Amino acid sequence: MLPFAGCAAADLPGFGPGDQPSTEPQLAVVGEFHGAGASSQESAMEAWISGFQEQHPDAAISYDPVGSGDGREAFLAGDTAFGASDVALTDDEMVASGPACDGGNAIDLPVYISPIAVAFNLKGVDQLNLSSALIARIFTGKITQWNDPAIAAANPEAKLPALAITPVHRSDDSGTTENFTDYLHATAPKEWPFPPDGLWPTPDGFEAEGTSGVTDTVRSTPGGITYADASRTSDLGNVAIKVGEEYVPFSAEAAAAVVDVSPRIENRYEHDLAFVIDRKIDKPFAYPMVLVSYLMVCSRYEDKAKGNFVKEFVEYVASAEGQQRAAGAAGSAAISSDLEAWIMDAAGAIYLTRDRPDDQADG
Amino acid sequence: MTTTDSPPAPVAPVRRRRSSGDTERGFSRTFRWITTGAGALILATLAAVALFLIMRAWPAMTASEAELAAAVPRYPDDTSFIAYVGPLVFGTLLAAVLALLLATPVAMGIALFISHYAPRRLAQILGYLVDLLAAIPSVVYGLWGVAVLAPMLSPVWLWLNEWFGWFPLFAGDVSPTARTLATVAVVLAVMILPIITAVSREVFLQTPKLHEEAALALGATRWEMVRTAVLPFGRSGVISAAMLGLGRALGETMAVLMILSPGFLYSFKILQAAQQQTIAAYIALDFPEASGLAVNALIATGLALFVITLAVNMAARAIVARRKEFSGAN
Repeated sequence: MLPFAGCAAADLPGFGPGDQPSTEPQLAVVGEFHGAGASSQESAMEAWISGFQEQHPDAAISYDPVGSGDGREAFLAGDTAFGASDVALTDDEMVASGPACDGGNAIDLPVYISPIAVAFNLKGVDQLNLSSALIARIFTGKITQWNDPAIAAANPEAKLPALAITPVHRSDDSGTTENFTDYLHATAPKEWPFPPDGLWPTPDGFEAEGTSGVTDTVRSTPGGITYADASRTSDLGNVAIKVGEEYVPFSAEAAAAVVDVSPRIENRYEHDLAFVIDRKIDKPFAYPMVLVSYLMVCSRYEDKAKGNFVKEFVEYVASAEGQQRAAGAAGSAAISSDLEAWIMDAAGAIYLTRDRPDDQADG
Repeated sequence: MTTTDSPPAPVAPVRRRRSSGDTERGFSRTFRWITTGAGALILATLAAVALFLIMRAWPAMTASEAELAAAVPRYPDDTSFIAYVGPLVFGTLLAAVLALLLATPVAMGIALFISHYAPRRLAQILGYLVDLLAAIPSVVYGLWGVAVLAPMLSPVWLWLNEWFGWFPLFAGDVSPTARTLATVAVVLAVMILPIITAVSREVFLQTPKLHEEAALALGATRWEMVRTAVLPFGRSGVISAAMLGLGRALGETMAVLMILSPGFLYSFKILQAAQQQTIAAYIALDFPEASGLAVNALIATGLALFVITLAVNMAARAIVARRKEFSGAN
């Protein structure tokens, strides 16, 4: 995908007869399109792009995982057809999206939900109940033994060994760390006083690079515990986190549910689905330790080819098939049918401002 | 490759006497320019790298402490830029020096065995195998270090800590994951073994036969011969070989990145996690998510590494040059 980095797709020649109404859905998707943004979506995006290209063989799409910040910048500068970001656009960025979106505005669509699991390596123990306060105390080194009375009290049935806890965290800057610390800070501010950050905020604990680094370390270290993409920890023991009064183990449905019930950010443009994850949710059908990543598109596109592509692409990404592909490739949780319907509405509302006659572009 | 265009016979003698103007005709002249260009390219590349480092590092080195603390992740508050780079330089040097201490004696042993003890055929095979070690990519060493070596070394480190914990290097709490500088040093030592061995072997092989035979004729055992004739002759050669190895250990990135659980302290506790970090691994770790001044700060740490490596290599050169004058071999 890198060779296309920085290419603007805007000036591609148009196609087909130019006098069709812009909302015509039968337009073929032809041309080169470029997106850039969050690296968390990289493998999901690859799955979406290859799936989309099966349906639209004439479309060439590239995605450059430059990171959320640079992805937002490139999108607002109009360099990319779509962007991807782990955080929604701020109100200021929204205002600045006018020029890139032909006088319209940008919209954030949560299309990628990745549950984070707390995983551990204890022989004979597959699941543990831990509240966020306990997790915070483990990761800050306040609790050092697995048979600590506080852990035992929450897990009366488990056979806890007298083994030292080895908490492992990411050494690199990561969206997983940011969401994990956000969860801890929101739910246990006393035990976890540090604000959310992509870099691990305390010197306590052990570090390893990348998701494979932390999970491999825990796999080879009895007594190890870490947090990682839930899809990568299936062979380790998993923690059921405390939601309300109950302990909820990770599941894809519970992760998707938290997005449905979380409050939207207020005073946004129509069809913008930016929201704040309700980490303190007390409904036991939801699992609030998730990473949600957005697709950023414009509400209007001047370039018809581009607009049509984005419309189709958003619909594909939100479709059951698209979400299934992402789940297979990246281990994400499929979005709920409600969210899918909202995103489909948003995609349907993307419109193409001008029916410019294709001057000489046909040749 | 260009020599195939012309008959090879005239080229070879001309190249040997290229300084005499008479023979500079036809392709010979062109060839001279080609080689000069190739030589100049090296200098230009070095200058370009140095220039790039200085230019891109400059904003970070001139920025105020508050600006740096705001822009650079992991930048401690209220510290000067030197205090920020300091622990990284310390960690880099510590890892490289430890690797060197582990590797040099082993490398000398292998080199002596190949040059003076092994039967000729075995020596050839061994030499080839050692060179093969150099061809293993560092990411493979990293994987090996994480998956195989670290779990294996874990009990060794525990034992060292238990019995030799009074020694500063082995003090502290032993990391149960063994992703520490001690493990990194072992992996680095294996990585620099080939280059030290290869250079030492060449030097030992150059020991004048007359010296060796004289020692043996005086009744020396083979060990005494090695001690009195081979080692003094090869000493500076081995030192420069070690320096070359040090240069590689200083810049090694991938293996360190994959193995080490990093920290930012001036700490000698090589068995404890989150104590030290090397410059190369630090850059690789933080560059993907860095932007703005943070990139400049990373490049500035790279500049520090560049200066250290340059100094080490120049020191090695100087020692080699001195050897030429004083060895008395020629």
